[in-house]
Amino acid sequence: MARIVGVDLPKNKPVGIALTYIFGIGRSTALKICQDTGVDPAKRVHALTDDEIRKIRENIQQNYKVEGALKAEINMNIKRLIDINCYRGIRHRMGLPVRGQRTRTNARTRKGRRRSVGAKKKK
Amino acid sequence: MARSLKKGPYIDQKLFKKIQKLNETGEKRVIKTWARRSTIPPEFVGHTIAVYNGIKFIPVYISENMVGHKLGEFAPTRTYRGHAGKSERMGKVR
Repeated sequence: MARIVGVDLPKNKPVGIALTYIFGIGRSTALKICQDTGVDPAKRVHALTDDEIRKIRENIQQNYKVEGALKAEINMNIKRLIDINCYRGIRHRMGLPVRGQRTRTNARTRKGRRRSVGAKKKK
Repeated sequence: MARSLKKGPYIDQKLFKKIQKLNETGEKRVIKTWARRSTIPPEFVGHTIAVYNGIKFIPVYISENMVGHKLGEFAPTRTYRGHAGKSERMGKVR
């Protein structure tokens, strides 16, 4: 069973895909790792030799920031924006889109589920 | 679109000169400015700059990790007080 940086261990998938289960590694990074370590990206994870797993693990640890460390860095960056009270920080704080998207409609990813405002009717 | 690196950051020259003068004399004074588009260079750190937001000047104390941002980012031009009947949650904007 392949266990690389933390808890990730998808079996039965080609290495080029399986590595993307690690937070911070996408398709292109995964293929790059395969290239650098000389592993065939189409090879399934359960067919990897211990030596290959070791090589992949070392390659990732040396060259990439993944999982917890990466998440921590992202949160640090957001926290910095909030702390210095700049426009982007304010948008983060309010839970609204940060990069100038429209909010009249859409923006549901940031704003969460729809909440109706509904003016109260007089009876 | 991002500004070309070849040109370097845009810094308002009048404001920059004023700050340089303050740095030389070691004096601290609030400077009013309309140059919201000016990038904050490291020389501004520690000064308070009053940035115009269209109505009044918002005093901004420049700290170290504000370097590289623009002055306008720290003086919001819009007021949003929330919608009617949605009391909690909003109003956290300072």
